[in-house]
Amino acid sequence: MNLNATLLGQTIAFAVFVIFCMKYIWPPLMSAIEDRQAKIADGLASAERATKDLELAQASATDQLKDAKAEAGAIVDAANKRKAQIVDEAKTAAMAERDKIIASGYAEVEAERNRAKEDLRQQVATLAIAGAEKILERSIDEAAANDIVEKLVGEL
Amino acid sequence: MSASDTGEALTSGSYIMHHLHNLQIGDVNTFWHINLDSLIFSVGLGILFCWLFGRVAKKATTGVPGKLQCLVEMTVEFVDGTVKDTFHGKSALIAPLSLTIFVWIILMNTMDLIPVDWLPMASQMAGVEYMRVVPTTDPNITLAMSFSVFFLMIFYSIKIKGLGGFAKELTMQPFNHWAFIPVNLVMEVVALIAKPVSLGLRLFGNMYAGEMIFFLIALIGVFQLPLHFVWAVFHIMVVLLQAFIFMMLTIVYLSMACEDH
Repeated sequence: MNLNATLLGQTIAFAVFVIFCMKYIWPPLMSAIEDRQAKIADGLASAERATKDLELAQASATDQLKDAKAEAGAIVDAANKRKAQIVDEAKTAAMAERDKIIASGYAEVEAERNRAKEDLRQQVATLAIAGAEKILERSIDEAAANDIVEKLVGEL
Repeated sequence: MSASDTGEALTSGSYIMHHLHNLQIGDVNTFWHINLDSLIFSVGLGILFCWLFGRVAKKATTGVPGKLQCLVEMTVEFVDGTVKDTFHGKSALIAPLSLTIFVWIILMNTMDLIPVDWLPMASQMAGVEYMRVVPTTDPNITLAMSFSVFFLMIFYSIKIKGLGGFAKELTMQPFNHWAFIPVNLVMEVVALIAKPVSLGLRLFGNMYAGEMIFFLIALIGVFQLPLHFVWAVFHIMVVLLQAFIFMMLTIVYLSMACEDH
């Protein structure tokens, strides 16, 4: 073995390279690696958070859907009830209208009948007078006979 | 291959010796000479590491990373995970230190996968006689790194436990009695010194042996190609494993140094 001053030269070179590495290589590389690790950890955490958020959103969407369905059912029920009510009201109103129309019809018919009766009575009186005139010939006093005729007519 | 190419009558032995010879400058008879090739390749690869990782670190985005940034971040996270599993104290130094060791040693070991003759022949054509391209097959390189780690171990031991605590650890273990202080001291000092020595020599030995196999395969002529491929594939594992072991042991040693008993 031939030991010589190369030992010293190599020692100095070693020290220089180690110091260079310690100052200019190790810290920036380590900080780059650690920064990236932090970034990746953040990314993973936010991905997990997003998954959880999505689950929550889906659950709330399901809930809302269920609520909406229930509400729609309630609205339909209320509408049905209202419809039945309206139909009932209409029926009642129509019934009342019918009764009124029938009543007025009856009243009109009654009035018509009374008028016809009056007409008939007049015509019967006239007819009776004409008949009596024919029967009793000319002697009978028209004025005296009118009394009797009036009385007859009043008895009709 | 190169043995016949050079035109000289080279034996297998001299071929290997030639490949094991460092390009040296300075006074070879004293300590004060250096293996220029090892240093150039190791510093060059260290600069490659700093440039590549520094560029990525500078442009690092916290958004979707590019392919190169992914590779760099994978390496960084792997090292960071290993450090966090083993070292429980707080230190701004140990993780970058481990990253530097891991990537730098991988780069230096990977030089072993370049066919053994290419760069030495190229340098010979350029007029440079010797060229060893794998810095981690030079014990100077590996021991320099392991002794730097050793220095940090001592530094952290004293910083965390204090000088007294460190001295107590050396003298009061494993036999907690004043009469055993010399025995304890010898055992603990041997154990302490063995750590950096074994750390550096393990890497050196593994890479040296792997390189030697490549030399031997290069000597057998035309059948070297399939064998070279097979050994290179196997060697990829050694390259990565030895870098990982060096990093892991560094972390373990430093965490032991930081632990208060």
